[in-house]
Amino acid sequence: MRPLTLGRLLFRCGILAVILFVVVVIALKMGAVQVSLYGLGRDLIRVLLGQSSAISTDYGMIVIDIRLPRILLGIVVGASLSVAGASFQALLRNPLADPYVLGVSSGAAVGAIVALIIESHLALSPELAGLITPFGAFLGAALTIAAVYFLGRRDGQIDSSTLLLGGIITASFLSAIIMFLMNTLSGSNLRGTVFWLMGDLSTPQPRSLLFLLSFGFLVAAGAIYTTASDLNLLLAGEKEAMHLGVDVRRVRIVVYLAASILTGLAVSASGTIGYVGLLVPHIMRLIFGADHRMLLPASALGGAIAIVVADTLARTVVAPSEVSVGAVTAIAGAPLFIYLLRRRMT
Amino acid sequence: MSSLPRTPLPSSEQPRAASSDVRLSVEQASYAYSSNPSQAPLFTLEALSFHAKPGEIVAILGPNACGKSTLLKLISGALEPLSGRIFLNGFVTHSLPPRTRAQRIALVQQESRLLFPSRVWEFVLQGRHPYGSGLRFETEDDVIIATNALTQVGANHLSDRWMDKISGGEKQRVILARALAQQPLLLLLDEPTLHLDIGAQVDLLHNLRRLAAENRYTVLVVTHELNLAGEYADQVVLLQKGKCLRVGPPSTVFQRELLEQVFQAPLSVEMTASGRPRVTLFSNT
Repeated sequence: MRPLTLGRLLFRCGILAVILFVVVVIALKMGAVQVSLYGLGRDLIRVLLGQSSAISTDYGMIVIDIRLPRILLGIVVGASLSVAGASFQALLRNPLADPYVLGVSSGAAVGAIVALIIESHLALSPELAGLITPFGAFLGAALTIAAVYFLGRRDGQIDSSTLLLGGIITASFLSAIIMFLMNTLSGSNLRGTVFWLMGDLSTPQPRSLLFLLSFGFLVAAGAIYTTASDLNLLLAGEKEAMHLGVDVRRVRIVVYLAASILTGLAVSASGTIGYVGLLVPHIMRLIFGADHRMLLPASALGGAIAIVVADTLARTVVAPSEVSVGAVTAIAGAPLFIYLLRRRMT
Repeated sequence: MSSLPRTPLPSSEQPRAASSDVRLSVEQASYAYSSNPSQAPLFTLEALSFHAKPGEIVAILGPNACGKSTLLKLISGALEPLSGRIFLNGFVTHSLPPRTRAQRIALVQQESRLLFPSRVWEFVLQGRHPYGSGLRFETEDDVIIATNALTQVGANHLSDRWMDKISGGEKQRVILARALAQQPLLLLLDEPTLHLDIGAQVDLLHNLRRLAAENRYTVLVVTHELNLAGEYADQVVLLQKGKCLRVGPPSTVFQRELLEQVFQAPLSVEMTASGRPRVTLFSNT
């Protein structure tokens, strides 16, 4: 018997963190403007020391002011989506569940667009207006997952295929709603929304949103992590978990709310980026096993790595133009998804 | 200060000073399933009572749809009785918080499906879950207890195998080991012999007999295997269509007319040298 220890958990997460760091450094270097590793390191240290003004070159400013915030946003979004995916998979006892497949991302998008429309009719202070979209996205996500959960229930038990079908139907229904709502948007707003819907990290976000996202991620992912041991037992079914001392109702509420917050925040910042929440937990499970005490932090780090890589590709492969990061994750993710699905069946 | 009247504990919280050697007491417990509260119930379990001591094996016996599983759910605390009470060491089982309940009652259900494969030792360690709060890492004690549990059911050699790569009989032992790792007072088994061959069935009940004696568990087995119940149980609760027909030691419950009526099959009952009843079924022709 070799149960998971805190030491082993930290060691494995440390390895993933090192990989993430290396990926971030490479991502900072790549792009139309070339920077040396030395210059990069010097500028980063200056930022950390609070001496941003000392950064001499315009090139340094590009890296620090444009690439770095974008990468940080990608890290939070990727971690949020992956943790949300891993949580939905455990709670719904379905390895194919994720915010995108279940329509939760679409629900969040509808919520965000509705919030945008409402906001334009209200005269709100800019700070308040900035909060309305994430909140709308959270509400949209929470309502959608509740609807999908009830669609997927049969005789008090969650039925896997009914649940997935319910999610897919919900997603396509919500896409139609999005189309409908987009007709009410005008000109430049419309183009931005279309790009955002496809999954986009290129739009500069206000610093406050990045803070809100990071804070929301820490709270929601932390809340989910406190139930990690319970989630392990929930894999065997709700009744069985109950007989092993899991307060199923409490766990369900905590994880649903927290995963909806994660999805809502990620979607409000970056639109619907698919496949990350599905595939990253899958791959982490293949490497580290199904223990959620390991799986959740591994998914967070793995999701961050995946998005940073995908976004770096998105802005470099067709340079000087760029594709949306959602297109990259879908192009890479869909075939990988099919492969994992076939592998499970054999 | 001592003159202040003490608020009595709510009756469900109050340990009852029942005679000290009774562990489980089912008192006039009943239940009714209905799809709609305004309609007549689809199934009713009529009020029934029995008591069990530590170290005792109680078999809940009856044909399909007699209410065996409902009774088990009531005792495990998953369902709340419509009337009557079920006490474990003086506490109402349904009112215990999930974690406390899992420290006292372990349930062995028919084969559990696993979403993702896990190792046998991981599965057995799950039995230690009720002993921590929230997120927890297993302690050395947990590992020792889980290892002992595997040893007690003779499955130590399976420790590193995958749960989905072992036989039905081996799996049943491992599930039992997880229940033992919970260190319960009450061990509930729902049709544990269902997918086992004869050898494994006898093996399992032999194990239960020994464990009940060694660890002073009260064991409740739901089954429709007449002869296993007759051979291994100290008490039999005989159910038919939601009615409790008889409670008592096998030698008094195993009456030919009674069993023929309950199981709708001609049979004969004879006593073996050990004073245990043995049932032989005849074909209808």
